[in-house]
Amino acid sequence: MDALMLARWQFGITTIYHFFFVPLTLGLSLLVAIFQTAYVRTDSDTYKRMTQFWGKLFLINFAMGVVTGIVQEFQFGMNWSEYSRFVGDIFGAPLAIEALLAFFLESTFVGVWIFGWGRLNKRLHLASIWLVVVGSNISALWILIANSFMQQPVGYTLRNGRAEMTDFGALLTNPNLWVQWPHVFTAGVATASFFVIGISAWHLLRKKGDLDLFRKSASIAMATAIIASMLVALVGHTQAQHMVQTQPMKMASAEALWNSESPASFSIFTIGDENANKDVFAIRLPTLLSILSYNNTSGEVKGINDLQTEYEKTYGPGDYIPPVWVVYWSFRAMVGAGGLMIVLSLYGLYLVISRKLSTRSWYLKLMLVAMALPYIANSSGWIMTEIGRQPWIVFGLMTTEKGVSTAVGAESVLISVVIFTLLYGALAVVDVYLLAKYARDDASAKPENSEEADLVGAY
Amino acid sequence: MDLNTFWFILIVILFIGFFFLEGFDYGVGILLPFVGRNEKERSVVISSIGPFWDANEVWLLTAGGAIFAAFPNWYATMFSAFYLALVVMLVALILRGVAFEFRNREENETWRKFWDWAIFGGSLVPALLWGVAIANVLAGIKIDAKKQYIGTFFDLLTPYTLLGGLAFVALFALHGGIFLTLKTEGEILERAYKFTWYAYVPAVILVAGFVIAGYFATDIFKGLGINPGVPAVGAAAALLASGYFVKIRRSGWGFIMTGLTIVLATLAMFQGLYPRVLISNIDPKNSLTVYNASSSEYTLGVMSWVAISFVPIMLLYQAWNYWVFRKRVSIKSHGHL
Ligand code: HDD
Ligand code: HEM
Ligand code: HEM
Repeated sequence: MDALMLARWQFGITTIYHFFFVPLTLGLSLLVAIFQTAYVRTDSDTYKRMTQFWGKLFLINFAMGVVTGIVQEFQFGMNWSEYSRFVGDIFGAPLAIEALLAFFLESTFVGVWIFGWGRLNKRLHLASIWLVVVGSNISALWILIANSFMQQPVGYTLRNGRAEMTDFGALLTNPNLWVQWPHVFTAGVATASFFVIGISAWHLLRKKGDLDLFRKSASIAMATAIIASMLVALVGHTQAQHMVQTQPMKMASAEALWNSESPASFSIFTIGDENANKDVFAIRLPTLLSILSYNNTSGEVKGINDLQTEYEKTYGPGDYIPPVWVVYWSFRAMVGAGGLMIVLSLYGLYLVISRKLSTRSWYLKLMLVAMALPYIANSSGWIMTEIGRQPWIVFGLMTTEKGVSTAVGAESVLISVVIFTLLYGALAVVDVYLLAKYARDDASAKPENSEEADLVGAY
Repeated sequence: MDLNTFWFILIVILFIGFFFLEGFDYGVGILLPFVGRNEKERSVVISSIGPFWDANEVWLLTAGGAIFAAFPNWYATMFSAFYLALVVMLVALILRGVAFEFRNREENETWRKFWDWAIFGGSLVPALLWGVAIANVLAGIKIDAKKQYIGTFFDLLTPYTLLGGLAFVALFALHGGIFLTLKTEGEILERAYKFTWYAYVPAVILVAGFVIAGYFATDIFKGLGINPGVPAVGAAAALLASGYFVKIRRSGWGFIMTGLTIVLATLAMFQGLYPRVLISNIDPKNSLTVYNASSSEYTLGVMSWVAISFVPIMLLYQAWNYWVFRKRVSIKSHGHL
């Protein structure tokens, strides 16, 4: 494999890995903050232990998010130096601002929160976890400002052989950002909610430990789960509409729509022939894609073949079609997971309201497995977003192959791919082991005045 | 002053913050196996930097981000040139970061030992590599007319740059040792004093050696003539003074002195570098400067407003963090930290 392919694999592996931890950080910090707010308001011991139980899991996950993030920060210069030269004038700014505004806030106050148990007054301590919530989500906002520029470049001009920023405000108001960020935020909340429900379900099935605590956790998380799953789908729908406008090729690939249709049909299941650019076998629902794209039964959705011709006219000869099957199936994986999440949480809400949650063991078992759904959706969502944009690294401006570092040889990248893969693999084992260990803790009350009770994460 | 110079200064400030702050927590990590004789003591030593190390590391991330934003060509050329070295540094930083969180999550002795070694190695290796990196920046690397590095990994390892690495390790160990004497009690405090003193002598020798070698290996003293300038002289004086304060056990002053050494030495190095940011040792014309590596005027302007508005706030809450956790840690108390 050449340096380009290796660099792509490395970026994909390290970024998806980073994004295993990110959504849980975004959402679980919020849930822990909610639990702790309940504790400070009611002074109930259950809420206190609830905060600490979920807080420990949050911290174990957070540490992995931090260390894998450092790689991301360096990687643009290391592997994508020509990309960095070309868009640094624009792309570097949100990255620097993310560090200044968000990382400092998060890392400082997570330290204050860990070590502040029993030291700070309760309200100040509560404020520190809320600042972590704010910090994480500001961090997501700024990195998505950077990513949105790659999806939909705005506020720039081509000058001095590179893209230069002409309007900072346009970066902040990038329409792509304001569908992308709500989607990522609600995806994060959904991820954390399913995480909390799944682990609580395990304890409720086992009927040991502080069941009241886990019932409470599951009930609160069920409410956030239903809200977040509905919203993530709703926002996803507007995202898809936005995509038809700005990156029609991505939508056409996501639907395996070879030729333009008006009104367009929605694919349920397609086996395509990518060499001949046509279907081998397909089940399609007529008109549905037009409805999804425009909220309207008429309306043309452009197909891959027509777009290819169009792009050749605009950008010159070349292959502008991403690997269709990857985009197509990742879209289905995400939407499928999202649909299941809505159904499961709706039924869960009914169980919570009718006070039957603890007794429906088949549902509890199901929710244990359902913890995987948001992870599938998150990863496949990014795979679709990034691979669907190919061959562009910045849509319409620069292709991925032009962005790779010229000074770094294939052997060097091979070494780093191997090292990162082995290290990440080993850390995954340790991380899952620790999460499982702390998730199995029964969270029952420790003897009064025991130091342990106050120790969330002291080193 | 133009915006390019302003951003150079801001980045120097970020590096000063990074070397000063992460300098002591790397130092604490390097001294960990020496000062902490058993598992409990090592917990105490680690707790002394527990609430701080993550935010300290963000100084590095912000410096990296600022270089990217203000001088994209500097970021692109330097990070791709130092590729393998950075891979090694990342591995070290990853292991170190998770070690802080994972170490106490399991009672098992072997488990804790493993993570203690990760903290030691994870502190030693980046300290060494930063010294090597800075020495390379000062001595210059093989950059061609297209702003691309054309050397190999081994070109980066010369006697001069390795000396730079060792000097950084010794200086950070000294700085971290003094920090420990401020934060610990009892037996651990005594041992911290002892190893701080052991670090002092090599620190002076290696730093002096690095400066003298710098006269031959780099041109950064050229512009300065016989008088090396206030920062350089001040750094030397502060380094010498720190030993005195360690001897008479006034570690508050000692910490100020090693801190000053780091601040002034960083200033002196970047002063010698300016207006270049990355020197080409093939042809001076190929060097990257604050002008030919920079972002547009507009971007620098926007970023200046952001920095001016938010850096003070960030400094305030970080200072508050140090104030909240100002107490010494001991075997009895460290659990509550
Ligand atoms: C998981 C989350 C994720 C995030 C946050 C981003 N990307 Fe992406 N990116 C991917 C997920 C991904 C991916 C799905 O993993 C890709 C697609 C193919 C691949 O190898 O990795 C990828 C590809 C990819 C590549 C390699 C080209 C390729 O193989 O397709 C580059 C240079 C970038 N992206 C750049 C970025 C930048 C600069 C981002 C920051 C804002 C960014 N991506 C955010
Ligand atoms: C590919 C681009 C990305 C880069 C360069 C990047 C960079 C980083 C860095 C350097 C950290 C460590 C911060 C620390 O030490 O405290 C981090 C962690 C984190 N990142 Fe990413 N990241 C990327 C993708 C994302 C995305 C897309 C999101 C959100 C939607 C995100 C949100 C977070 C969060 C919430 C953390 C948690 C831990 C923390 O910040 O301390 N990141 N990221
Ligand atoms: C159920 C209906 C859903 C729809 C219609 C939907 C739609 C979309 C679309 C169209 C994109 C691509 C945006 C672009 O490339 O411009 C996307 C990306 C993404 N989706 Fe979904 N999504 C759904 C559910 C979910 C769920 C349940 C999750 C996770 C819990 C999720 C996580 C993501 C992530 C992380 C991305 C990448 C970031 C982004 O571009 O926003 N999605 N989604």
